[in-house]
Amino acid sequence: MPQTSAAIDTDVVIVGAGPAGLFAVFELGLLDIKAHVIDILPRAGGQCSELYPEKPIYDIPGLPVVTGQELTDNLMKQIEPFGPTFHFNEMVQTLESLGTAETPAFRITTDAGTVFNAKVVLVAAGGGSFQPKKPPIPNIESYEGKSVFYAVRRMEDFRDRDVVIVGGGDSALDWTLNLQPVAKSLTLVHRRDAFRAAPHSVSAMQELVKAGKVSFRLGQITEVHGAGGDMSHATLKGNDGAEEKIACDRLMPFFGLTMKLGPVAEWGLNLNENLIPVDTEKFETSHPGIFAVGDINVYPGKLKLILSGFHEGALAAQKAHRYIYPEKKLLFQYTTSSTNLQKKLGVS
Amino acid sequence: MVKMSYDNMAVCYGAEPGGGAPTKVKVTFVDSHGQARTVEGEVGSTLMETARRNDIPEIAAECGGACACATCHVYVDEKWTEKAGKASQMEEDMLDFAFDVKPNSRLCCQITVRPELDGLTVTTPAQQG
Repeated sequence: MPQTSAAIDTDVVIVGAGPAGLFAVFELGLLDIKAHVIDILPRAGGQCSELYPEKPIYDIPGLPVVTGQELTDNLMKQIEPFGPTFHFNEMVQTLESLGTAETPAFRITTDAGTVFNAKVVLVAAGGGSFQPKKPPIPNIESYEGKSVFYAVRRMEDFRDRDVVIVGGGDSALDWTLNLQPVAKSLTLVHRRDAFRAAPHSVSAMQELVKAGKVSFRLGQITEVHGAGGDMSHATLKGNDGAEEKIACDRLMPFFGLTMKLGPVAEWGLNLNENLIPVDTEKFETSHPGIFAVGDINVYPGKLKLILSGFHEGALAAQKAHRYIYPEKKLLFQYTTSSTNLQKKLGVS
Repeated sequence: MVKMSYDNMAVCYGAEPGGGAPTKVKVTFVDSHGQARTVEGEVGSTLMETARRNDIPEIAAECGGACACATCHVYVDEKWTEKAGKASQMEEDMLDFAFDVKPNSRLCCQITVRPELDGLTVTTPAQQG
């Protein structure tokens, strides 16, 4: 694991940059609370931008219709005055509690080695973290990281290898084009002779097939063979049902992403069917100082709606303020009339 | 999760004028171990919603019906493939992210329950995500 030189000190770490996490930045910001936001995806928006960027949403109050991407863009604009720091492509790995119930303190470490010291943690992790889908190939786990990869970290790992790429989307096509020059052989396996990828990538791949530099096979990989994590062959089952063993010491399956709860399960929080129970006054978890808002929490009557996540973030912020500024009295104010809040928003 | 628009729903919702047409039909989900569960599906709703309402296992439906995740993959019983219809272009594209796709594969968020589907049987795969 790479190590960073120094830990980042912050009031709040928000886990998840979906709509609930983003709006929490706003509600915390109005109370002078600074936040760092961590997300495993490369951009903000969570499910909104990952699953349905172009789909209209009809139940956001005040917005008769808005797409997932527009909502994300609007939220990003709305929280701009509070200058949150985003840490994308990182997943929170460990969460250690260092404080007391009255004065909580946490150390958070991501899979990229970034360390945060925070007074409050707000979990807005939705359905969990988006992770690559793993195909149902027996024993595939024992080859992961050595022969089976779901992303390319270093091209050199594929030099002079018999590479098999499975899938028909942009990731499969992009890596077919990028790895072909370094690989010993490259086989692209897909269930059909049609691709949901950029047309220029598809034609470039087809040129390579014509030139004999890429082998395109219709079907799926059903078995992998080897020992000690080192793969030597894979079984290709054609669409006609015929099975064939092909040379393969690097396998890359690209079946998109799925949501997994991930390391949240190991943070010592009470869980109820992979959801985090909270109270409905402060949206605090079983652990003082750790809040959960949005789709990841559960309480009597919970509705998994974006608007619920907004409400939950506003209430969690009130309690977070008491942890972060124990000596200050919190005065409830409206953005319409408070010059103090308007100053924070940069509009007064 | 949000309430989504169902592309095909507007045209199918309650599109049974004249009375007499059933508002509920029976559909059967067979799981990957062979256990069959027959439930009532409301005409106009999707097969995915029917599965979720009835706690059918092996239907993840992560995206909530947006045809964006391929985790409500089912195999339509051979006798029903014609009536259930073919996958749209968008659905075919999304099926690329499902496992062990066969000619009778569909995403059940894209199948609208209709009176002529009374008796429909589908099988769920062991792994969706």
